[in-house]
Amino acid sequence: MEKKVVITNPTGLHARPTAILVQKASSFPCSVSIVKEGKKANAKSIMNIMALGVKQHDEVNVVTEGDQEAEALAAIVELLENLKD
Amino acid sequence: MEVKGIAAAAGYGLGYVFLLQDAKVEVVRKDLPQDAIETEVSRFEGAVRQAISELEVVRQTASEKMGEDAAAIFSAHIMMLEDPEYIGAITQKIRQTSVNAESVLEEVTREFVALFEGMDNEYLRERAADLKDVSGRLLRGLLGIKSMSLADSKGEVILCAHDLTPSDTAQLDRSKVAGFVTNVGGRTSHSAIMARTMGIPAVVGLKDIADKVQPGDFLIVDGNDGKVLVNPPEAVIEEYRQKQAKAIARKNEFEKLLNEKSVTRDGVHVEVAANIGNPDDAKSAANGGAEGVGLYRTEFLYMGRKELPSEEEQFKAYKEVAEVFGKRPVVIRTLDIGGDKELSYLEMPEEMNPFLGYRAIRLCLDRTDIFKTQLRAILRASSFGNIKMMYPMIATLSELRAANRILAEVKQELTGENISFNAQMEVGIMVEIPAAAVLAHQFAKEVDFFSIGTNDLVQYTLAVDRMNEKISYLYQPLNPSVLHLIQNVITAAHNEKKWVGMCGEMAGDLTAIPVLLGMGLDEFSMSASSMLPARALIRQLSKQDMVSIAKAVLEMDDAEAIRTYVEQRVPVIADFK
Repeated sequence: MEKKVVITNPTGLHARPTAILVQKASSFPCSVSIVKEGKKANAKSIMNIMALGVKQHDEVNVVTEGDQEAEALAAIVELLENLKD
Repeated sequence: MEVKGIAAAAGYGLGYVFLLQDAKVEVVRKDLPQDAIETEVSRFEGAVRQAISELEVVRQTASEKMGEDAAAIFSAHIMMLEDPEYIGAITQKIRQTSVNAESVLEEVTREFVALFEGMDNEYLRERAADLKDVSGRLLRGLLGIKSMSLADSKGEVILCAHDLTPSDTAQLDRSKVAGFVTNVGGRTSHSAIMARTMGIPAVVGLKDIADKVQPGDFLIVDGNDGKVLVNPPEAVIEEYRQKQAKAIARKNEFEKLLNEKSVTRDGVHVEVAANIGNPDDAKSAANGGAEGVGLYRTEFLYMGRKELPSEEEQFKAYKEVAEVFGKRPVVIRTLDIGGDKELSYLEMPEEMNPFLGYRAIRLCLDRTDIFKTQLRAILRASSFGNIKMMYPMIATLSELRAANRILAEVKQELTGENISFNAQMEVGIMVEIPAAAVLAHQFAKEVDFFSIGTNDLVQYTLAVDRMNEKISYLYQPLNPSVLHLIQNVITAAHNEKKWVGMCGEMAGDLTAIPVLLGMGLDEFSMSASSMLPARALIRQLSKQDMVSIAKAVLEMDDAEAIRTYVEQRVPVIADFK
């Protein structure tokens, strides 16, 4: 499953937002990825997400696959839309 | 042996060498037999668990000693050790290639470090340093090297290292570490700043000290002069022990002056204020005895981010500082950006001479959108304390007038919106360009005060780039040309019944203070750590005597001669150094 999200958080996916995202993603059994401009990062990996360099106004695709993929997708999208740092 | 370096944190530290193992351990690649692979994987996983539990402790200590923000670094370190793409990749590779964990760890780390270091983003480049810190810890765990066994050391030690990582510094135990010395680093490097926060004497940038000394060597760290003495003779050790005792006694003495006024022996009161960069500085300065803020550098609000700070965000910061100081004055300097202080989101052109270029008020008068937002925020905050405002880098009267016109517009807007502000807020200028110093008598009619920015004033007067070590001899705050400009500014202001402050390094220079006092300076603004010694000195001086010293000095023709003369006439200076 997948869904597009535009990042509104002013610092993009900086230190704290990345940490929150990774923690959330790690709480689901399914795989969770963030795709930006064709580059795919494992959302359970702090280093992968940081290396993606997501900035404010970037559009990313959240992709989930496996057990609880629907719940995971909804939770991650909600988290990304409401990030405030 | 004496080694010169960069003084990073003041004070004297004496003790035996404690060499901090850095990650420069030789890693040997070993091919493993098939049946040893699972043992190797579990050995690696054990090292990871061990590192995580060590970091939990570091995190806890950092949070207690330095607050949650500092501790957050270590939460990120822990997450790296739980990262499936990093740790997972290493275990996978051990299995696939049948190679020992140390070697795979190094290889995988190198790939990530290269990735981060290559990124066009300073924040991510710094993460490469975090990753090295984390992998170094893992590697030491695998090799069975104790990372910090300070607990085993007897008495106080001097820590010697190539560099200190954030986690090294956070773990330093003040009761065991009498000082530290490193090969690399500068005054503003991470470890230097932490050393000052923790009050540990430190000298950095010593090039190869960690390779030259050995356990058993006795070191003296002179954090005041920026030097390290290796195995000095007994007499020198004794001399430094006395200096150290004296410094500690003096520090206690200074602390008694926290809530005293800066009054000369003959009853003249001047203001000793702090230079700050953010609301946190404001709190520590206020607790450290500041009678006000003589320079609030607002550029830090604009730096290290991706877009301009909003009016609301600025307003909150200014208001917070104003409230910390209450009735005591807070001088806010409008944005001084450009030149060497770049903002990535402003797309400023590269310049041949950044210090002579598009910066500070020049930029603000061009980008009035940015300027107006700041002026609105400052004016709004002016209702909450004793805020004054000054413009940086003013060269001509027309610049001052243009800035004041914009200020008047903003005031009118606020009035129209029924937003309250202090209509009488004092407005002054920084005097840092010789042009303004020479024409101070003209400026004095149109400002409420002057603040002399000596760092730039010296640089522009002597045409000396203060970053260029080859010509550092020319960077002379006590050069007669500079002193004459300062005297001119003070006289011009006093003729118009205006006050004059100084917010450059010179204001806290103990040899300069007697001269400046004699010239009539009203406010001395400096880094918070210089305030109490400055106040203690001022309280020992007589303004009357300083007037005659200043007069004599203005007749002299050489900076070194002036320094010597002042120190002879005011021998008490030596007691404060």
